[in-house]
Amino acid sequence: MSDIRAEIAGESGTGDAGFGDYVALLKPRVMSLVVFTAMVGLMVAPVHLHPIEALAAIIFIALGAGASGALNMWWDADIDRVMRRTAKRPVPSGAVEAGEALGLGLSLSALSVVMLWLATNALAAGLLAFTIFFYAVIYTMWLKRSTPQNIVIGGAAGAFPPMIGWVAATGSISIEAVLMFLLIFMWTPPHFWALALFMNSDYEKAKVPMLTVTHGRKATRTHILIYTILLVPVALGTAFTAIGGPVYFALALVLNALFLIGAFRLWRRPEAAAEADKYAVEKRFFALSLAYLFGHFAAILIEATPWAEQLATWANWGALTWG
Amino acid sequence: MGLTHEHDLHRRRWSRNLGVLLTLLAFVALVFGLTIAKIGGGDQMQGFDHTYRVGIDPDTRIPEAGQ
Repeated sequence: MSDIRAEIAGESGTGDAGFGDYVALLKPRVMSLVVFTAMVGLMVAPVHLHPIEALAAIIFIALGAGASGALNMWWDADIDRVMRRTAKRPVPSGAVEAGEALGLGLSLSALSVVMLWLATNALAAGLLAFTIFFYAVIYTMWLKRSTPQNIVIGGAAGAFPPMIGWVAATGSISIEAVLMFLLIFMWTPPHFWALALFMNSDYEKAKVPMLTVTHGRKATRTHILIYTILLVPVALGTAFTAIGGPVYFALALVLNALFLIGAFRLWRRPEAAAEADKYAVEKRFFALSLAYLFGHFAAILIEATPWAEQLATWANWGALTWG
Repeated sequence: MGLTHEHDLHRRRWSRNLGVLLTLLAFVALVFGLTIAKIGGGDQMQGFDHTYRVGIDPDTRIPEAGQ
């Protein structure tokens, strides 16, 4: 009774969180991308799991990603409090205590890895454990606050889910899994640096050494263009492997042309023009980057359908593929 | 303040308890489904990680005496 009164009176910060606050700790928007890419990796693999095993694999990969999100929120609560974009997260807003976020993150990490092992295989579980470690320790605790290359290297954590999905089904890593990893890995820098261009003040306030803070916006625009150019051969090369095909190739051609043009426009844009229209072009490029990744993985998924396989046979696509 | 009075705190607790209940039920259902899928599939699963024992593979089994 007395504890209820204390909480109602606002004397205690504990026990106030609703279920939604704990869900928010798991970064559901990031999880949705993880679910989608892991699902694609799992569904296009040449070995097919029982539907319930596949569902369990996707759920536990997503849960592992969510767990690393909770660990990230626990560690980054101090800088999240300073940044406008993250100030309403459960820990900085006071809805959930930092210790709870840590406990939830560690428990869900262990649960997701063990369950993925039981549902599929040890290699997939090991990759999931490494991904959680990489995101929570290598990226969050180390790289994020120490180098402007933070999101380049840290991007690997977000690139693992389709590979884990593939490995969950096949039990081994192949060129297709590596290409899906590289597609996200190379896409991450242009995506996040576009965000940093119009969120620079946030990172500056929090003293996070984003490229925009340490080297300025002009250098960031150049880096976006370079990484976009490097991304194109990875994206187009995937068309000529077992997971690619004519549909993927056609879509990748359009998306990569648009992305290259967008990156070139961003590179040429003077800072004064960007400030004048409140970074409208940068925001459009950021939105395009989301469509770019979704489009490529959707095309990979389409290529696994019987209709696309028939089209590839008709186009004699097999003669162009390797691996 | 009486306990019968509905406060926002009670609503949050109710949502949290209901959320935990539904999550646990979903987890139990998933583990049950996984168990059925693993056993129902008739996999020759022995030991860990889908590794089957060579001895029960009809192609590699050494015939016992008299067979």
